[in-house]
Amino acid sequence: MPYDQDFDLSTLVEDDRVHKACYADEAVYEKELENIFYKSWIYIGHESQVLNAGDYWTTWVGKERMILCRDDKGGVHVLYNRCPHHGALICNNHTGNSGNKHAFRCPYHAWQFNMDGSLRNLPMKDGYEGIIDLTDPQLQMKRAERQSTYRGFVFASLCKDGPDLETWLGAGGKSAFDDICNRSPDGECEIVANCFRIIQHSNWKTFLENQLDAVHPSITHHSTGDAASQMQKVYTKETGEDPPMGYQFLADFALPYEVWDSLDTIGHPFGHTQLAGYMGLRPRDPVTLAHEKVLTEAYGKKRMDEILSTNIHHVLVYPCLSVQPPLQQLRAVRPLAANKTLTEIWHFKLKGAPEGIYERSLAYYYLVNSPSTMVNADDLNNFRAVQDGLSLTGGGDWVSLHRNAGQDTVENGITTSITGMSEQPMRNMFAAWKEYMSTGA
Amino acid sequence: MPKNKTLNFSVEVQQNVEQFLYKQADILDERNWEAWLELFTNDGKYWMPAHPEQKTGDGLPNIFYEDRYLMDMRIRRVEHPYAHSQKAGHRTSHVVSNVMIESEDKKNGNLVCSSRFHMIEYRLEKQRYFGGKYTHSLERIDNSYRIKLQRVDIANVEGPFDYVMQVWL
Ligand code: FES
Ligand SMILES: [Fe+2]
Repeated sequence: MPYDQDFDLSTLVEDDRVHKACYADEAVYEKELENIFYKSWIYIGHESQVLNAGDYWTTWVGKERMILCRDDKGGVHVLYNRCPHHGALICNNHTGNSGNKHAFRCPYHAWQFNMDGSLRNLPMKDGYEGIIDLTDPQLQMKRAERQSTYRGFVFASLCKDGPDLETWLGAGGKSAFDDICNRSPDGECEIVANCFRIIQHSNWKTFLENQLDAVHPSITHHSTGDAASQMQKVYTKETGEDPPMGYQFLADFALPYEVWDSLDTIGHPFGHTQLAGYMGLRPRDPVTLAHEKVLTEAYGKKRMDEILSTNIHHVLVYPCLSVQPPLQQLRAVRPLAANKTLTEIWHFKLKGAPEGIYERSLAYYYLVNSPSTMVNADDLNNFRAVQDGLSLTGGGDWVSLHRNAGQDTVENGITTSITGMSEQPMRNMFAAWKEYMSTGA
Repeated sequence: MPKNKTLNFSVEVQQNVEQFLYKQADILDERNWEAWLELFTNDGKYWMPAHPEQKTGDGLPNIFYEDRYLMDMRIRRVEHPYAHSQKAGHRTSHVVSNVMIESEDKKNGNLVCSSRFHMIEYRLEKQRYFGGKYTHSLERIDNSYRIKLQRVDIANVEGPFDYVMQVWL
């Protein structure tokens, strides 16, 4: 559908179906950047990513290229990756350290900047004497309009106004980070300094929707689920031991429909959405018992029980994150075009928790989220097929979100799905989408 | 150690090792999975580190880190009738070269060798290109070799990866 400037974007979204232009139209995508990605809070990175003064990582907010860095007083900053002189990218690597002066140095004419973006020095200063004051803000690297941190997770907003981070996250969004950090006896997590980046040939929303799509796993991941359950038997037969937990992670992807249907999804304001857990991560093995012990020492038995019974498998922080708290995984969504999305995939260690808890997280990071994943191989293939189909002119204009439409329970702005397979998560995210796109919320 | 390490080793060993590496590449390109597993010792591993300087795969993120069980599972998946992403066909072609023997245990014939590979992959009417370095730790068994550890350092290790790798490189 050719997009025209007078077209009312809110008509693309109905209660139980959405127009394919939402996924496939470049002009709609540009509007999404403007109204969603440049207005809401976007996850930039974790404070522990930049442990030392001068450390930096680069990332994206829509088409804007941003830097996360730390100064020598311990402050963490989010800057636009652009030199105020002739506009060159300052950091041209994914990550690094700005050197022993803790200052960025532009590769073009050697202007130097402190880690907070202020101009530190430049060659042949006399050319500016009496013309412009070198402390003028237009000669500094620009900072993100707003920056805020929740439990070590750094967000930026490229819009001066709007709700503060905690209001915007709400109970739904915060649960992603609380449920990671609370599982540490110190109440903190630490990022593992490895970022897998995978390009998807599909719209950013397709990825988020898939995360809470309980109908797809037993179909899409049938082959992996089968192979994993077969190997559990082979492993036990040959070694006489229980197979490593990783096989169960994969076998779970092929759980029967009934199991998926028994889960709840919960829709929160601003499009944040949760999926109740299913992975039984509280078995009675020595690792779990050791974890219980350190948490009981830190918080008491009652609180330990509360923390470990938190039953969230997935939290979508709309529009930028998919978080799996009990496995300490996070995927940041960076839309590059209507039909192209970059995911940045990270995992975390729980400070003070037994090493075995990290080994679970690492196993999942490898088996599900690495560039050799057997799981996402089939997801990405589906996403590409969806994008290709939605890019066709004929064959229909709408995407159906009818499953259990109108049957979910709404209370105080929170929607609880009638069944795990309800397309409630997609409808909840599109309700937020419509809100952002019509008001620029 | 002399500058030209390879000169220390016999032509015969060099030839045997080259033949072994060529055979492995052929097995992979022909998707001869049973033979693939037989290339490895029982405790053999296929390892692609996530960082060039990585010294071990244990306890760290890796791109590939698979023992025979995980390799067996990967084979079962790609051969499964519902492996949707394999339906479009999947073909690879490897070239292995620059084979250098790094060290050899003269007592048992076990050795470490490095080589370079180029690989193209065809899938969904598109071609992808990979290249990098293999480091094989080989055990001399029954007049041939078995892989105790195959380290694969790909040139584009930092990514980003356009799609994922469904089988070993
Ligand atoms: S463009 Fe950066 S110093 Fe000139
Ligand atoms: Fe999936």
